[in-house]
Amino acid sequence: MKEKKTHIRNFSIVAHIDHGKSTLADRLLEITGSVSKREMTQQVLDNMDLEKERGITIKATAVRLDYTAKDGETYTLNLIDTPGHVDFNYEVSRSLAACEGGLLIVDATQGVEAQTLANTYLALDNDLELVPVINKIDLPAADPDRVAAEVEDIIGLDCSEAPRISAKTGQNVEAVLEQIVQCIPCPEGDDDAPFKALVFDSVYDNYKGVIVYVRVMDGTLRAGDTMRMMATGAQFTVVEVGAMRAMGLEPCDALRAGEVGYITASIKTVRDARVGDTITTAANPAKEPLAGYRKVNPMVFCGIYPADGADYEALRDALEKLQLNDAALTYEPETSGALGFGFRCGFLGLLHLEIIQERLEREYDLDLVSTVPSVIYKFHLTDDTVLEIDNPTKYPDPAMIAWSEEPIAEVHIFSPPDYVGTIMELCQSRRGIFKNMDYITSDRVDIHYILPLNEIIYDFFDSLKSRTKGYASLDYTVIGYEKSNLVKLDVLLNGDMVDALSYIIFSDSAYSRARKIAEKLKEHIPRQMFEIPVQIAIGGKVIARETIKAMRKDVLAKCYGGDITRKKKLLEKQKEGKKRMRSFGTVEVPQEAFMAILKLDDQ
Amino acid sequence: METLGLYFHIPFCKSKCPYCDFYSVTDKTLFAPYKDALCEEIKSLRRCRDFVGTNIKKRIVDTVYFGGGTPSLWGAHNINAVLQAVKENFTLSDKAEITVECNPSSPDLEDFLLRCAENGVNRISLGMQSAVDNERKKLGRSADRAKILHTIQCARKAGIDNISLDLIIGIPDQTAESLQESLDFLISTGVPHASVYLLSIEDGTFFDKNRHKLNLPDEDTAASFYLQTVDFLNKNGLSQYEVSNFAKSGFESRHNSRYWEQKEYLGLGSAAHSFVNGKRFGFDRSIQNFLNAIAPEDMGTGGDFEEFVMLKMRLAKGLTHADCKEKFGFHIPSALLKRAEQYEKHKLLTIDENGLSFTPEGFLLSNSILSDLLDSLQEEDI
Repeated sequence: MKEKKTHIRNFSIVAHIDHGKSTLADRLLEITGSVSKREMTQQVLDNMDLEKERGITIKATAVRLDYTAKDGETYTLNLIDTPGHVDFNYEVSRSLAACEGGLLIVDATQGVEAQTLANTYLALDNDLELVPVINKIDLPAADPDRVAAEVEDIIGLDCSEAPRISAKTGQNVEAVLEQIVQCIPCPEGDDDAPFKALVFDSVYDNYKGVIVYVRVMDGTLRAGDTMRMMATGAQFTVVEVGAMRAMGLEPCDALRAGEVGYITASIKTVRDARVGDTITTAANPAKEPLAGYRKVNPMVFCGIYPADGADYEALRDALEKLQLNDAALTYEPETSGALGFGFRCGFLGLLHLEIIQERLEREYDLDLVSTVPSVIYKFHLTDDTVLEIDNPTKYPDPAMIAWSEEPIAEVHIFSPPDYVGTIMELCQSRRGIFKNMDYITSDRVDIHYILPLNEIIYDFFDSLKSRTKGYASLDYTVIGYEKSNLVKLDVLLNGDMVDALSYIIFSDSAYSRARKIAEKLKEHIPRQMFEIPVQIAIGGKVIARETIKAMRKDVLAKCYGGDITRKKKLLEKQKEGKKRMRSFGTVEVPQEAFMAILKLDDQ
Repeated sequence: METLGLYFHIPFCKSKCPYCDFYSVTDKTLFAPYKDALCEEIKSLRRCRDFVGTNIKKRIVDTVYFGGGTPSLWGAHNINAVLQAVKENFTLSDKAEITVECNPSSPDLEDFLLRCAENGVNRISLGMQSAVDNERKKLGRSADRAKILHTIQCARKAGIDNISLDLIIGIPDQTAESLQESLDFLISTGVPHASVYLLSIEDGTFFDKNRHKLNLPDEDTAASFYLQTVDFLNKNGLSQYEVSNFAKSGFESRHNSRYWEQKEYLGLGSAAHSFVNGKRFGFDRSIQNFLNAIAPEDMGTGGDFEEFVMLKMRLAKGLTHADCKEKFGFHIPSALLKRAEQYEKHKLLTIDENGLSFTPEGFLLSNSILSDLLDSLQEEDI
């Protein structure tokens, strides 16, 4: 029989980047005594170095807190953290499905941002009870009254009870905990019903194997039970169940309905414990799996190759491990004439791509070369078939193409009105179609455009940020495909085609883009021993050309007082420098050149 | 028994030049203790005994070189004391080449040169850097052109005709015309030797910190300056024999040639390097450590084939089959020659029946080319 688990609250925190989500999470851990001040190295939840540096949360993580409320009762609060970037809506939806409510954090100096709104809609889609929280009231520029009014106007949430806090100083954070207890509904479930739990995350641990993070909907699970993954049918003997505490895992005797916890079962590969799957038991299986998540498919693709071909296996292992924790990442082997053996990888967006690249390089110590990112294009061929390609090298014979399509996205940009001109100019230059513009408040505008996705994935976000001094925020949703005239640009270095630099592009943009690519390559490929022509071609026709000059001198160091070793070191350094380059025939191309040709905005 | 060269590093300067990252200090109170330490080391060899053994004193010393720093600032009495110690502890050849580096702005150079010559110094290397006074100023050099000429005359009066002038090219604001002015001056003095260095901006120097304010010639201009220099000096009797060195026939620096010919030399003093008994070692840069008798650092075995190629290729005559055969018992490896072909095609190298050598254009790229050529050796077991 369903019963209310009156002393449990499962909630997440929804916020725009930088609105103080992680700081608030830290403060909650501290106030509930989950972490002592001494142990509090800033932001326990963001335990990836990268997240700390970028100030954003990439992975969903969860933690259990104990809180004794003003009513004298002690509650178990399960905080499920959500990422705050547009690329990670998928992760957000995973986390939200495990909760009954969420805290919506709004910065008292900034107000409602595009991402605030997007995440709010996601939360409402999941039937979550949202509790608004106005943060950063300690800042001189804070205007909580205005921001509260904004939240009421734009989102329609009642802010009369919204705690006004400073997560940084700890001011009034207790009120947040009280609101969680009072406003967020407790979970319901039947401890005796067939076991049913939603997998919302999983991490790979060298000792325990895959650790599966679950939200139990019904039933009870104990160590020794045989669990079954409903999507794959795979069965495992449960080794341990428990709760995620701030300082580590805490085993317990059983996981019951309404609880959030972890399961280990010597699961070797993540393919057997997919995020979104439902876990049940072999002895008393549930009839129907839970509704999975909104599965978002990767939208941006690029080839990732080891700089040293010998690292191919290491790269595959690293991708496999990353995929354990990041189901949105896809990869499959591919080969490039220029780069050898590597993988075609799929990402949610460009930020996701950059994060994966950085993690591969930092955490797995791999030197990588990546190709130009691509979206999925559709080519309708004369034989009435449709070819979907995410890789420019698979561009069909132009004679076979009847017509082609590219993905388009609906884009909302939130910005102070001062920047409307420059934002529209940017969108216009990226083939944007203006839809409308709303003044949300007197100092915040929602600019609504339709943009081809391939125009967004290059340097759109960076350009937007630099044009608006960081004030504008962006949210986009892919809404479908539209007819478009697409051509493939090829790059030839010293007469040899470099397949890794090929590019599919809207044909009207081809000439100007080709000139820019040629210039960028000239700028970023250092002088070589010999003169190198850079040519950009469509089919066999060269449409832009530059020349990389031959190098004239390197360092002619004096042999000071017979110090031969100094000279030797110089030659060693020369060799090291070469290793960081990728050779195409005789041409050495640094990784920056690959990235530089994506930076198209000259402003 | 193989002859030996001696190098003494004199790490004192009146002030630090803005482009120089070489080790020097300005504290005059260290002059005498440093001299004593050098003389004592020549006698006891206690700092480097582990590297040189006891037999070294039996070898005939046929080159001595006082480098710096500024040996001419240190003073003739100190130089002479060191030379005296050398004579007492080694066999100094009658025909030894004994070089002292001089800065034309050092005081009392006339007296300095006379007294050095009396004790056997027979070659000076003069830090002219440029004959254009305002270029010299930019390099932190105070002496003017008249002072340089005067120094040359003083050397000759003291009986030292074997004079080398240093030239730096690629100085901020330098033009082809101002460079030509220095080259014309150099030839007009009639000196038999010149060393030419392209200015390189070393980390941590004043030039490095102020790089953006300096009007440095770009890569193409600097390269053309070098080619202009090589061409002009070759045509005017100073033939290029090494990447940076030019001489009338018979006036090639015998001491410096030891470095390029893998011949042995013992370097004493802070920051001095040695190649003795097949071992390379060097003192660190601190004067105090030298005074405190800290042993030099082991820099491993020298004299291998890679090093041989690297050093020989600095010479205008290059790497020859004959030299390879004599020293290592084989001809230039074919993998290396094969790798060299593309460079020959672009006129950066010359390959003929004797071996291979850089063209002046190739010298400018010698680091890149050499690292590639040496890479070819890994493919072949030698």
